[in-house]
Amino acid sequence: MKDPHMTERVLTIALAGNPNSGKTTIFNTLTGTRQKVGNWPGVTVEKKEGLIEYRGQTLKIVDLPGTYSLTPFSIEEIVARNFILDDHPDVVIDIIDASNLERSLYLATQLRELDCKVVFALNMMDVATARGAKIDVAKLSELLDVPVVQTVGNRQKGIDDLLAAAVDLAHSNKPVPQKRKVRYNPEVEKAIEALQQDLAAQLRGILPYHPRWTAIKLIENDTIVQERVAAVAGEKGAAVFETARRQREHLADRFNDEPEIITTDERYGFISGIVKEVLTTSIRQRIDISRNIDLVLTNRIVGLPIFFFFIWAMFQLTFTLGAYPQDWIEAGFGLLASAMGYLLPEGLLKELVLDGIIQGVGTVAVFLPNILILFFCIALFEDTGYMARAAFLMDKIMHLVGLHGKSFIPMLMGFGCNVPAIMATRTLESQTDRILTILITPFMSCSAKLPVYIILAGAFFGAKAGTVIFIIYLTGIVFSIATGRLFRSTLFRGADAPFVMELPPYRVPMFKSLMIHMWDRSKIFIKRMGGVILIGSMVVWALASFPRPAEIHERHAAEAARIEARFEERAAGADIPRPELEAQRDTALSELDRRTQAEQAEQSLLGRLGHGMAPFFAPIGVDWRGGIALLSGFVAKEIVVSTLGVLYAVSDDESTDQALQHALRASGMTGLSAMAMMVFVLLYLPCVATVAAIRRETGSVRWMLFSVVYSTGMAWLMAFTVYQGGRIVGLG
Amino acid sequence: MSVRLSEVKQGHSAVIERVGGSGALRRRILEMGMLKGVRVHVEKYAPLKDPIELIVRGMHVSLRVEEAAEIIVDDIQ
Ligand SMILES: Nc1nc2c(ncn2[C@@H]2O[C@H](COP(=O)(O)OP(=O)(O)O)[C@@H](O)[C@H]2O)c(=O)[nH]1
Ligand SMILES: [Mg+2]
Repeated sequence: MKDPHMTERVLTIALAGNPNSGKTTIFNTLTGTRQKVGNWPGVTVEKKEGLIEYRGQTLKIVDLPGTYSLTPFSIEEIVARNFILDDHPDVVIDIIDASNLERSLYLATQLRELDCKVVFALNMMDVATARGAKIDVAKLSELLDVPVVQTVGNRQKGIDDLLAAAVDLAHSNKPVPQKRKVRYNPEVEKAIEALQQDLAAQLRGILPYHPRWTAIKLIENDTIVQERVAAVAGEKGAAVFETARRQREHLADRFNDEPEIITTDERYGFISGIVKEVLTTSIRQRIDISRNIDLVLTNRIVGLPIFFFFIWAMFQLTFTLGAYPQDWIEAGFGLLASAMGYLLPEGLLKELVLDGIIQGVGTVAVFLPNILILFFCIALFEDTGYMARAAFLMDKIMHLVGLHGKSFIPMLMGFGCNVPAIMATRTLESQTDRILTILITPFMSCSAKLPVYIILAGAFFGAKAGTVIFIIYLTGIVFSIATGRLFRSTLFRGADAPFVMELPPYRVPMFKSLMIHMWDRSKIFIKRMGGVILIGSMVVWALASFPRPAEIHERHAAEAARIEARFEERAAGADIPRPELEAQRDTALSELDRRTQAEQAEQSLLGRLGHGMAPFFAPIGVDWRGGIALLSGFVAKEIVVSTLGVLYAVSDDESTDQALQHALRASGMTGLSAMAMMVFVLLYLPCVATVAAIRRETGSVRWMLFSVVYSTGMAWLMAFTVYQGGRIVGLG
Repeated sequence: MSVRLSEVKQGHSAVIERVGGSGALRRRILEMGMLKGVRVHVEKYAPLKDPIELIVRGMHVSLRVEEAAEIIVDDIQ
């Protein structure tokens, strides 16, 4: 009989499991494209959830972070455990890698110890079978008193049964079985019992969690549980903690090791008992294909060259293949601009749309193809299992900076665009590594900064421009390494996250999950274009366009009228051919337009800001025009060049770059001040899209502000050193 | 004769006698199933000689050399 109330309640089903057990695959199969990707509150761990309809009921599927255990050491483990403890999901599905039963059961036994309803998905059954392993599913289910469903995630097998089992369990009134959990050896059990009695006596009714579990955790010295108990217990806590301390001491004495080590050992003992009963492996050992692949890919001699080749190929693909759609997007925006120019009447609105919105969003939108391709490559690296090998190969080098091998790829992506690079830090497991990588990635000089270097180095260093640009890139790398080391020894002191990393078997990736992977991340970029970047472009436009002194525009109109009049007059005189006169008139008019624009820019808020900040920029050899250009670079770094173009009133034709370079040389800038400005561009605050990415991925406004202040402060200091140092030495 | 796991040559295997070190690292190593009495195979060293790839309970795991030095092993084959 159907209970009418039941259909109204949303059932929450959480997916738990080891990394690489197929969790994401099963989550994607269950939710399809109806998934929401966000972050767990306050931390940088990715949270995925999706609502689905099942048998007329709404189910909320939550993907918990992949973990090997529920010991609250890493943020992932804390997040996963807290969700189960505090949000009380109706059912937890534990995805077990059947081809790696023993290790998978460690998390499973911990889940069984928690007071929640659990279903096992015995995934990777195909792999297990291929390896000659036979698993007695009924026996496993009986031994742990848990429903067990066999699945093959990448072929969508068994998923319906899994969902049915989970929903049935959620609806059943059967309490969570208390037997068939881990039994520890008699000494440990005695300690647990004693503490449990104390807990019951002192804190009956107010204990947030199951007493036995609480007792075990207190004996294991679990700080989170200690805090929670202390919070509810008040004064009565003291007696309990005293008992826990005594029991810990007693056990430590008895076994000559920490109690939490003993319980880990005992759990594995319990597990090997189960494995002995349910698993039979035929003697025939299959060849391990992954192992053979690794003979090449992590080979001592060719491993690194192959890795660098893959990286090179990734960038090649990104920039060559990406160039085509990039051209289309550029053309599209061009078309849009001319259509708008045609449709909209002269005036402010037209300027806003053309110079503000289309120009601003357009310069960022052209990166979309590159970003899609980069994310696709990253998804490919991750889903095949190569990412772990990349970390294995690069760890030695990255460890020198105090980082994990996996930080290498995000940092490298920073040379392309910082936004995907920062989002790619999600592949890192440790929160500290992730934040540190996010903080130092912006110093990898992104491709949008290159046009700025090309103009400046080209103008002042001639044939040596290439070398100068190379030095700038190198400075960025050295600076990020130095920053990494500095932060490691100050902000993020303490031991590095242990590098105990699984090298999962290579697998053929599923196209669908690659697509979902790529799309999830690109979507964020696209949303940002419609949000932060759109607003940012409009703000910069407004700052550059207001106030509009009437006098400038009147003078413009008068001057334009004078040119027209002169043209008519000379045309009437008719001793010069008319087309030639027309050409002269047009040159004069566009010259006038540029002068007016430059005047307007100087008088605008942005111009005043530039003038106002002149004392800030002067010590680094940048004049007010350079200052304004740098400020406008906040929208996107390429805009620095176009702003300089406007301010120096250079013509709009083919040779803009040369004209601008000429104007820069004429303006009193020197090689030294150009160098200082390049150093500043290299290091100073990232563009708005990157700042938004930092905010999102660190989950904290504070880290975002820190990054902005640190990078800008350092940029100034470095540029100052270059400029003033150079002057002292007598350069420039 | 007991030695550190980091001293075991590529292609050899040994039985874990004791996992030293402290805190998160030690716990993590144990939780990955590297317990006393378990045989580990040293599959290879990374091209830059660090980290090490091990095979434990049929699973490939990598550890840094300094971390492997905390694991005391015996019975090298
Ligand atoms: N052979 C096989 N491969 C699977 C199975 N389930 C998932 N995979 C593959 O295993 C890899 C890792 O899966 P993923 O869902 O990303 O694992 P997660 O780390 O737990 O999220 C992917 O390449 C999947 O296609 C399965 O049952 N059998
Ligand atoms: Mg996953």
